[in-house]
Amino acid sequence: MVEKKVEVKNLNVWFGQTHSLKDINLDIYDNEVLTIIGPANSGKTTFLRMLNRLNELQENFRFSGEIIFDHKNFFDFSVQELRKKIGMVFALPVPLPLTVFDNVAYGPKLHGIRDRGKLKEIVERSLRLAYLWEEVKDRLNASAFLLSGGQQQRLCIARTLACEPEIILFDEPCSGLDPVSTAKIEEAMQELKKDYTLVLVTNNVKQAARVGDRTAFFLSGELIEIERTDRLFTAPKDNRTEGYISGRFG
Amino acid sequence: MKKLREFIIEKTIFLSGIASILFVLLIFLFLLLNGLSLFKTVNFKDFLLGENWSPVCEPPSFGILPLILGSLFVTLTAAIISIPIGIGSAIYIAEVAPLKIKEFLKAMVETLAAIPSIVLGFIGMVTLVPWIKRIFNLPTGLTALSGAILLSFMALPTIISITEDALYAVPKAYKEAAFAIGATHWQAIHRVILPAAYPGIFAAVMLGMGRVIGETMAVMMVTGNAPLIPKSLLVPVRTLTATIAAEMGETVAGSEHYFSLFAIGIILFIISFIINITAEFFLHRE
Repeated sequence: MVEKKVEVKNLNVWFGQTHSLKDINLDIYDNEVLTIIGPANSGKTTFLRMLNRLNELQENFRFSGEIIFDHKNFFDFSVQELRKKIGMVFALPVPLPLTVFDNVAYGPKLHGIRDRGKLKEIVERSLRLAYLWEEVKDRLNASAFLLSGGQQQRLCIARTLACEPEIILFDEPCSGLDPVSTAKIEEAMQELKKDYTLVLVTNNVKQAARVGDRTAFFLSGELIEIERTDRLFTAPKDNRTEGYISGRFG
Repeated sequence: MKKLREFIIEKTIFLSGIASILFVLLIFLFLLLNGLSLFKTVNFKDFLLGENWSPVCEPPSFGILPLILGSLFVTLTAAIISIPIGIGSAIYIAEVAPLKIKEFLKAMVETLAAIPSIVLGFIGMVTLVPWIKRIFNLPTGLTALSGAILLSFMALPTIISITEDALYAVPKAYKEAAFAIGATHWQAIHRVILPAAYPGIFAAVMLGMGRVIGETMAVMMVTGNAPLIPKSLLVPVRTLTATIAAEMGETVAGSEHYFSLFAIGIILFIISFIINITAEFFLHRE
């Protein structure tokens, strides 16, 4: 039996009057790639942001339900500790207004690492893991804004990796990228899943089929189906799932 | 008919558009013509670096160094007081305060901006000045420090509201990205939001200082107006602006003294111009 990394029980989320997530029950296993698909407004990003506690930044946010992380109550961790352990990569690359090096070193610095040599080591390792090292090793002190879109996104992945997370959340990480950059990021993900648990929200059904070990289908805030990716794509149990993956709606 | 209307409207808007440029040019020309007349009889170096301002003595002396230093002392001290308070206040309003407090504070800042400077000067004269005299045990409370404190109140609204705008202009994504890797609120502000907003904040400070250096009435009421080279903050000083305001009424049009006040005007104009240009440069850099 594979280890359960995260257990989500009866999760409901509201923003004001809008009921965005309805009774979600879902487990995330250690070292798997869980992809989440679904049309716009299906709640998949809200679910992801729940795991990084970013929803709380919105003022009218409410939730009910339980999340277990590493066999402990999710909310017993401090927000900072949790976000360190569960990293997030956003839809659009968000390089911070710093150099390439400082972007990656930012997290470790926040978490108290000051030693220059140690930081260098972390930066190089993270950039290698994100498949970016070869492209930027000669311009670590250049502004991150000078990188291409795809490079910026891999930089953001490296920045997340530098915090040594256990789970990495990807929120449609390739939505603004060309196919070549997308391929590079997918390649990085294949490599990362050896050591990390990945949760990938994507609008691209084919990407889910390529990358995911298991796939969950969200619709209007409900979890319709979660299944091994090959099974979900070949023999979906719910005909709404079938409709979505075959492109009949969404 | 329609075409004629279009034509008239278009030209009217065009004229309004260039009116401000025209006014600035005319004012500068007027200043220049009058101010430069001084240098027919007075050496420019003696004017700018002369240590003695006594335009009605015999022979008169037109050194404005004490006035420049007076303005500089008061302005820099006002900057030291108002910049940290202004930026801190803007961070609180933009990032920390709950909505209701935020609205209230913004209204208060606007009210502060709306107080006429003469009223502020008057209040300063009857409260701040005796207070400074008592605290520092001085012969008079009319000092550079009094002026600086008062002027910092005037710079605050400008600094706060422009800094606040600069903070709001930082993409929300930056903040989330910082949060997402475990930054605390303060770490996100300090390492990401402030650096990203830096050009706007710099412009805010410059515009605040522009306001301070041009201010006249309030500062004239509380600084004592002694045109001496200031050795500390606790002595009376006189600023460039106060000199013009105080002496313009009692001078003969067309005299050396009269022209010297215009020459001071040119200096002030140049200082404000430089400050504004710097601010503009930082506001529109990107």
